[in-house]
Amino acid sequence: MGDLSPGFRGKARDLMARLPPGQYPTESFPVLSAGPTPHIPTDRWSFTVTAETGESRTWTWEEMMALPQEEPTVDIHCVTRWSKFDTRWRGVPLDAFLDGVGTAADFVVAESFDGYTTNLPLEDVTDGKAWLAHSFDGYALSPDHGGPARLVIPHLYFWKSAKWVKGLVLTRENEPGFWESAGYHDYGDPWREQRHRGD
Amino acid sequence: MHGWRRARLAERTKQTATGRTLRFEVPRWPGHLPGQHVDVRLTADDGYRAVRSYSLAAPADADVIELGVQAAFGGEVSPYLADDLPVGAEVEVEGPLGGWFVWTPGDPGPLLLIAGGSGIVPLMAMLRARLASESDDPCALLYSVRDPDEVWYAAELDAVGSAGSAGSVGGTVDVRRLYTRTAPDGSARPPGRMTERDLPVLPSPAQARCYVCGPTGFVEHAGALLLAAGHAPDRIRTERFG
Repeated sequence: MGDLSPGFRGKARDLMARLPPGQYPTESFPVLSAGPTPHIPTDRWSFTVTAETGESRTWTWEEMMALPQEEPTVDIHCVTRWSKFDTRWRGVPLDAFLDGVGTAADFVVAESFDGYTTNLPLEDVTDGKAWLAHSFDGYALSPDHGGPARLVIPHLYFWKSAKWVKGLVLTRENEPGFWESAGYHDYGDPWREQRHRGD
Repeated sequence: MHGWRRARLAERTKQTATGRTLRFEVPRWPGHLPGQHVDVRLTADDGYRAVRSYSLAAPADADVIELGVQAAFGGEVSPYLADDLPVGAEVEVEGPLGGWFVWTPGDPGPLLLIAGGSGIVPLMAMLRARLASESDDPCALLYSVRDPDEVWYAAELDAVGSAGSAGSVGGTVDVRRLYTRTAPDGSARPPGRMTERDLPVLPSPAQARCYVCGPTGFVEHAGALLLAAGHAPDRIRTERFG
């Protein structure tokens, strides 16, 4: 290593234990999206869970807001290498939408209003590991950050936390989503640095 | 496909007060597509490492790649690359990365590139690829900058086209600079934020491929203008920073 990047010292050593490999800390909240930002008014918003049998259940905005709310404070990690510590969200744990569903599925595909999709093992979005979030830092979530509501799944790279989410589809087979089909990793564990297919 | 390669800094060019282009020699570089980026890894004497992503500014040229670096005040990596890494010294790079924000000369139809500030970098790779191609499809670059000192690739863009007034785009490449705060003397367009009047008139906007890169607020604004002008959401690809 001695002959590489001579004179480089670095600044984030103290945070190494809290940072997954290859990440750096940011104070801002960068935005990563593939296309233009959709604007969905809450009176036209709904959230639908569809089982592999075709059975589905839909919540309106008011019904979703009436569910028990949680306020997770979590570190988030973007595959573009920024990490943000102690982000404060408010929303509904996905268990609230999934608990009553009869399913033999092992996977779930999150679908968004702009056509974005991302795939996850079902066990990664249950037992309090994932939320449908509608507030960030005490304010309604802005459209560029995925408002009116997005997924927050902090233990995976943040592309799995679909913005502008409109529903979950339970599947028996794993069905790669948008970035997963474009060369990114299928699972996306930041602590194992699963950025790209083959990592 | 993945793995770190040594990259030797061959040349550094000042583009603006804080913007640089860096050309690296990377033995056995596998090639890349316009719009893709690389990760750059720096290593300190004690083994501490830091990695950041930088856009490729030019189509693949054998073993030489060109990156655009905007030095961020107080940043960990970009000021080092912009001013401190000696010419002839090595870093490590991984890539090419990214398969979505790409354009290749084989993609048919009008091409509309919209850059804000240093967001010009990946779009420059697309523009250069378009200029080197046989294509006679309409192509336009809208380049929004605060003032004339902020323009990257000024001489090269001057040679491509003049900052003309809005009008229809023919088979040539049309480059328009939009100054938001201070315009050069004699500019027909007063300084100001990009508006719908700045968009080129294309025969069938829904067929055009649009690539927008810049700060988040700029990309949000440009995306909304494109949608209002009849561009198809699934033909608008964006890359944001900051």
